Amino acid sequence: MGCQQTHNLIHGYLDGELDLMNSLEIEAHLKDCRACAQTYKGIRDLQSAVGNSALRFDPPANLERRLRAAVRTESTPDPQPSMIRWRWLVAGISLLAVVAVIWIAAAMLTRESPGDVLAQEIVSSHVRSLMADHLTDVPSSDRHTVKPWFDGKLDFSPPVKDLSQQGFSLNGGRLDYIGNRPVAALVYQRGRHSINLFVWPSNKAATSERMSVSQGYNVIRWSNAGMAYWVVSDLNLAELQQFVELLKEQSQARM
Amino acid sequence: MSDKSKVVKFEEIALPHLGAAYNLARWLVHNEPDAEDIVQEAYLRAFKFFKGYYGGDSRTWLLTIVRNTCYTWLQRNRLLRLTDPLDDKLDEPGMEVPDPEMLLMQRLDSEIVRHALQELPVDFREVVVLREMEGLSYKEIANVVDIPIGTVMSRLKRGRARLHALLASRMGKEAGVGLSTNA
Repeated sequence: MGCQQTHNLIHGYLDGELDLMNSLEIEAHLKDCRACAQTYKGIRDLQSAVGNSALRFDPPANLERRLRAAVRTESTPDPQPSMIRWRWLVAGISLLAVVAVIWIAAAMLTRESPGDVLAQEIVSSHVRSLMADHLTDVPSSDRHTVKPWFDGKLDFSPPVKDLSQQGFSLNGGRLDYIGNRPVAALVYQRGRHSINLFVWPSNKAATSERMSVSQGYNVIRWSNAGMAYWVVSDLNLAELQQFVELLKEQSQARM
Repeated sequence: MSDKSKVVKFEEIALPHLGAAYNLARWLVHNEPDAEDIVQEAYLRAFKFFKGYYGGDSRTWLLTIVRNTCYTWLQRNRLLRLTDPLDDKLDEPGMEVPDPEMLLMQRLDSEIVRHALQELPVDFREVVVLREMEGLSYKEIANVVDIPIGTVMSRLKRGRARLHALLASRMGKEAGVGLSTNA
């Protein structure tokens, strides 16, 4: 990677928004180029100067109380005068309950399931691949070119299917890094929508598809014959499901 | 949903983001009482439209409302100074000039940084605050500010370059040649 491209991508790199291959190339360039390394350090210093917690404004202590009161006033019609005292008691108790509920909810929310974390990673990787214009390392619609490209880069051989007849053209493959391991990313195209199919070996039993939506992207995951599959795209769910069905059919036909 | 359970559910979802909401408002409008009023107005708005919230990222949802409330307030008070779109298109050589002075940044007094950040035009300031202080991803910033991801990237790049120029001039020293052109 040259200096010009490094300058274009270095902010994305420092913000953790760049895909693996570009990140590696930037890192290699920074080792060799003193000027770029200095720019890198400059931006990083600026980031830490602004990210310094001393610059954050903390809300005044009474603001939370004020908001709770405002929301409650908004949600309830004017109370009967005789009920006011009673209402305060209820409000006090429910306030305690709310605090307890938030406490529990926060504890539960921070414990995300591994699947959710993975889904986040998958979607981020999809977004990154689109953003840095780095969808493929091996741009080819020929599965006999794409599949061998992964030899020597991965410790497994991902199944690569040709679905162009069915309207999902193969655009190529990419090396990516998900869940602390290198994985194969196969890129398909449907109309103007890009589809990323992530594949890696999994020792879990075969599972049927599970669908979710993350940051507006449809995500479908399943595992089969010792491989885990994750599909992510902004394509509508029905067509994405069709894509998954086709992939599974093709795999079965070969067995 | 009964009124009461709606309140509880709303508070569960919205109150954990009070710190981020207040920080953003405070950075966009520059003073404490107005920031408090704006946060309250934004929370009431959020509560009113709570039915339109179907799950998903609650922080982005709430910060979008806070940010829009800030902009309405700035507009109403004739304080909204957006960067000239023409100026916005100028490519800033910015960070591309290697500049040993950047190395001093780490030791900068946070008061100097605070003042420089306050001087940054609001459309740059908001992306810098959301990224560096709240740690939002480009995608989340794009949602809050309602701009494409590519624009998030270029605003951050340009915002940082401007910030650097402001800091350099505040330190009473010459900024790099490329930086001073857009200061």
